[in-house]
Amino acid sequence: MSELSPEFQLIANWINPGARVLDLGCGDGRLLTHLQQTRQTTGYGMELDPAKVIAAVERGINVIQSNLNSHDICHYFDQDSFDFVIMTQALQVVSRPDRMLDEMLSVGKQGIITFPNFAHWRNRAQLFFGGKMPQNTSLPNPWYNTPNIHLCTFSDFENLCEEKDIEVVARTVVNSKHQPTFAMRFAPNWLGEIALYQVQRKPG
Amino acid sequence: MSQSIGLVTPQTLSVTTPLEMVCGARLSQYDLTYETYGQLNADASNAVLICHALSGNHHVAGHYEEEKSQGWWDQYIGPGKPIDTNQFFVVCSNNLGGCHGSTGPTSTNPETGQVFGPDFPIVTCKDWVNSQNVLREHLGIDVWAAVIGGSMGGMQVMQWAMDYPERLRHAVVIAAAPKLSAQNIAFNEVARRAIMTDPDFHHGRFIEAGTTPKRGLALARMLGHLTYLSDDMMGSKFGRELREGKLKYNFDVEFQVESYLRYQGEKFATKQNFDANTYLLMTKALDYFDPAADYDNSLAKALAQATAKFLVIAFTSDWRFSPKRSQEIVKALLDNDADVTYAEIESKHGHDAFLLPNEHYEGVFRAYMQRIAAEHEGAAS
Repeated sequence: MSELSPEFQLIANWINPGARVLDLGCGDGRLLTHLQQTRQTTGYGMELDPAKVIAAVERGINVIQSNLNSHDICHYFDQDSFDFVIMTQALQVVSRPDRMLDEMLSVGKQGIITFPNFAHWRNRAQLFFGGKMPQNTSLPNPWYNTPNIHLCTFSDFENLCEEKDIEVVARTVVNSKHQPTFAMRFAPNWLGEIALYQVQRKPG
Repeated sequence: MSQSIGLVTPQTLSVTTPLEMVCGARLSQYDLTYETYGQLNADASNAVLICHALSGNHHVAGHYEEEKSQGWWDQYIGPGKPIDTNQFFVVCSNNLGGCHGSTGPTSTNPETGQVFGPDFPIVTCKDWVNSQNVLREHLGIDVWAAVIGGSMGGMQVMQWAMDYPERLRHAVVIAAAPKLSAQNIAFNEVARRAIMTDPDFHHGRFIEAGTTPKRGLALARMLGHLTYLSDDMMGSKFGRELREGKLKYNFDVEFQVESYLRYQGEKFATKQNFDANTYLLMTKALDYFDPAADYDNSLAKALAQATAKFLVIAFTSDWRFSPKRSQEIVKALLDNDADVTYAEIESKHGHDAFLLPNEHYEGVFRAYMQRIAAEHEGAAS
């Protein structure tokens, strides 16, 4: 599918064929459709927005309309129901990202999470030199009206994982065009705009 | 453009194979009155069965020659509508025990030559599904593309999915519950008491007595109707509005909401001439519905035999069968790794929302039906 975003293509690379996948905040079901077609995955999407639910149904996705903040995930699914629980660009909008991580890694063996990096140099520059909350292509909303209530940096996220005994299996850092650059490898927390993390509970 | 299906006529299937009922009774013969809309395709893969709710019947869409009013789900069934009669062959039958043509308490008992009245056997969801399965065979339909129903009809849909898993590809369960709560049963019991304590009830033999328990039936309907509406919706529709602009300090109808409820009760008991024994039977069938009871009270186990794909829909302000009840169904299906889609529709109309226009509801419904249509078109080509 040509319309698939580079971010979704990067995620698809991590999914093994035949996997059971839960996509939290699945939107119009584009990613799940792609995974079903190219990786023969099965599973469900969860989405709150009515228009997106309709779009997902049109694509033939099994979608459960639900508010991710209402702790529906553990209510609906047993432990280790999925090989992968995916959450793209939504960790920063949930009321308790730390608990969300717990829920993801309860019902899934691995989690795949993507979010915008608040410590990207452009955000730092806007705050440092302009004295204002950053507003740009990856963070388009003004501070007083934004769904992004829990913005964090790559370092913040990795610290949280460390605290929670969560292992980062893989990490890809990209710019807003979803391309990794050479320099990003050396200073991801400065230069990376979006990160894709593959995480799991540490064994034992 | 969506429009009404237009003029429709009911048909009747007379079944002579006896029906062994759950309660132990046996119906030696019975009629099923039904309507169909649209065309059955060559491989009979586009048939959809609609299951009606407590006071509903087989007249789902279109209108009769002598009447202007449309069937009860005309909003959602017709050319270009979510259940598109240009694509689907739609069937709906009046439930056994009903009072709109199918054999019920107002029919003559062939064994006694008398009206059944209170002697009509207690009927359950299972019996309805068994009788509808005879209709399916009669119509030459191997597998329903979908069985669809709201409220009590939704329960029937679940029963279909459990009892005849190989006979339906999709199950659409709208504003339903896996079983009634104590509160639901209590409401039904008050309704039954209202009917049975009406002096015109005559132990259910009111037809022979040349009367009907209108007051009891109207009361039962008023109570039922209340549970279909939401507090918010009644607030915005009626508030504390007075009929004559000022308080009269007596027991006449003063508030608009009183007038509305009385009108609804009256209409049901007189104009629509709903049979009181049918009302009793339908409420009992609702009370008895509890498929999990035979499976260690596990709905997941009960639904394990179902192979249909499910669409479950609930409405936010429905307190009769709230979204929580639909979520129980969804959870049980998820436990079985079943194909299920769940939509929770924002609506202020309470339980009645499943009959009313709503953009999100219509959108989900239409999208899902298109998915089903694509399947049978794919299979046919």
